[in-house]
Amino acid sequence: MQAQNTASEPLLEVRDLEAWYGESHVLHGVSLDVREGETITILGRNGAGKTTTLRSIIGIVRKRKGVITLRGQDLLALPQHKVARAGLGYVPEERGIFASLSVDENLSLPPKIADGGMSIADIYRIFPNLEERRNSPGTKLSGGEQQMLAIARILRTGARVLLLDEPTEGLAPVIVQRIGELIRTLKTQGYTIVLVEQNFRFAAKLADRFFVMEDGRVVDTFATTELSARMGSLHEYLGV
Amino acid sequence: MTTIFGVPTAALYGQLLIGLINGSFYALLSLGLAVIFGMLHVINFAHGALYMLGAFAAWLALTKFGVNYWAALALAPLAVAILGVIIERTTLRRLAGLDPLYGLLLTFGLSLVIEGMFRHWYGSSGQPYAPPPQLQGGVNLGFMFLPIYRGWVVVASVVVCFATWFVIERTRLGAYLRAATENPALVQAFGINVPLLVTATYAGGVALAGFAGVLAAPIYQVSPLMGSNLIIVVFAVVVVGGMGSIMGAIVTGYMLGVLEGLTKVYYPQASAIVIFVVMAIVLLVRPAGLFGRGE
Ligand SMILES: Nc1ncnc2c1ncn2[C@@H]1O[C@H](COP(=O)(O)OP(=O)(O)O)[C@@H](O)[C@H]1O
Ligand SMILES: [Mg+2]
Repeated sequence: MQAQNTASEPLLEVRDLEAWYGESHVLHGVSLDVREGETITILGRNGAGKTTTLRSIIGIVRKRKGVITLRGQDLLALPQHKVARAGLGYVPEERGIFASLSVDENLSLPPKIADGGMSIADIYRIFPNLEERRNSPGTKLSGGEQQMLAIARILRTGARVLLLDEPTEGLAPVIVQRIGELIRTLKTQGYTIVLVEQNFRFAAKLADRFFVMEDGRVVDTFATTELSARMGSLHEYLGV
Repeated sequence: MTTIFGVPTAALYGQLLIGLINGSFYALLSLGLAVIFGMLHVINFAHGALYMLGAFAAWLALTKFGVNYWAALALAPLAVAILGVIIERTTLRRLAGLDPLYGLLLTFGLSLVIEGMFRHWYGSSGQPYAPPPQLQGGVNLGFMFLPIYRGWVVVASVVVCFATWFVIERTRLGAYLRAATENPALVQAFGINVPLLVTATYAGGVALAGFAGVLAAPIYQVSPLMGSNLIIVVFAVVVVGGMGSIMGAIVTGYMLGVLEGLTKVYYPQASAIVIFVVMAIVLLVRPAGLFGRGE
């Protein structure tokens, strides 16, 4: 049932991932794979385990079982502060902008992990309203600007694999459109993107493949070309 | 004789200076407590004992090895910092995520152990420590006589407090510290070694106490209980300033020191309790402290 492309090995692979918050067993065997330069979207209702999957990959959730590899490297074995350095950039669902840091400081916080990241000047050229507010506390920005900042700061690091958790949540349509354009640009630049979205119409314009989660498992996978044929079952999964 | 509100100006300036000196120690110590609390959520009860260790390290270095004051000013805080690394790595780290009460009890126990050992070895009486030759004597400022060493304590404390503030509020390392105080999991997810930052913060905070101890050695006698006498007042200062606020800890330290000095001039009976009275009022009116952000 998988949209096969046997030509290339997965860059990021998650297999039979289980995860816990304390005693609470939240992921029950998540499997997904992303090839180099590909954008995949994880869909699923609230509480399905999408955020927990990203947190398990980046290592914030520590109680995990299964396999997570990036370019063949075992991420489960790494101490938490080394995971990003394997080449990951993480944009959390709650955005994670720091109130006690200025916009500038928020932008320079994540350490460079590889060459080829954007410079601060590049970033301010793309996001002029961030530059205007560069000395204000990060949380004084609007929701949309905070989301831009959350994405911009990992583009500085040189990470080539991006984990984006609901980047359009709660934002006005114009901002959603801008974020869509930004992700499309990143895609053409060869970034590999794992996008968590509730809004599959938005995701349909960006993703190559979809993974649908329910109750801590991946219950369906299909290519974007199959999307219209899947609408019926999707409505059922997402309850929309 | 000139007077202000019936008090001779010389006496007033004299008490103001004493207030500033006490304030210098309050500021240095409460600053360390605030930095540690912000990052570790530990109320470091061992702070007074580590201040005492700084003073003892300077005294021992001088009497046993002939290490002079200036070298001690660098080496004693370093020694206290190394002890801080050991304390954090072997004990405090294991309490991370538990109720802050555990950290308080642990560090309280540690301070009893450290002070008990020094009382056992050196008795309760104080050991004199002479100021370095460069800072002996005094100058007549016209309106008052200023012992040079006391002036130096105020200057050194202001410089170190400002430098600490600068590192935390204006440098990249400081941005890491502030961010890790807010959201350690995310900072770690960006690839920053937060456990190392936590250790460094504790070591840095207690090094400030060690530094204050060396500064104090020539003013107060070096004795095993010098820290426990001071630390209670410092906790009151931290409560007034607001836990976790860097500038708040510094400003409140000097302010309350001066207030205490003025009280000694105008209403000496209240001078021992004035800081606690202020603390009670602040707790009633602004429970998060004068500079605290509140919840
Ligand atoms: N910090 C947490 N502690 C305990 N349970 C959590 C925590 N975060 C999420 N959960 C639970 O884990 C499940 C998956 O949540 P999450 O991964 O956030 O879902 P999604 O991102 O798909 O909405 C939910 O049942 C949620 O209640
Ligand atoms: Mg989520």
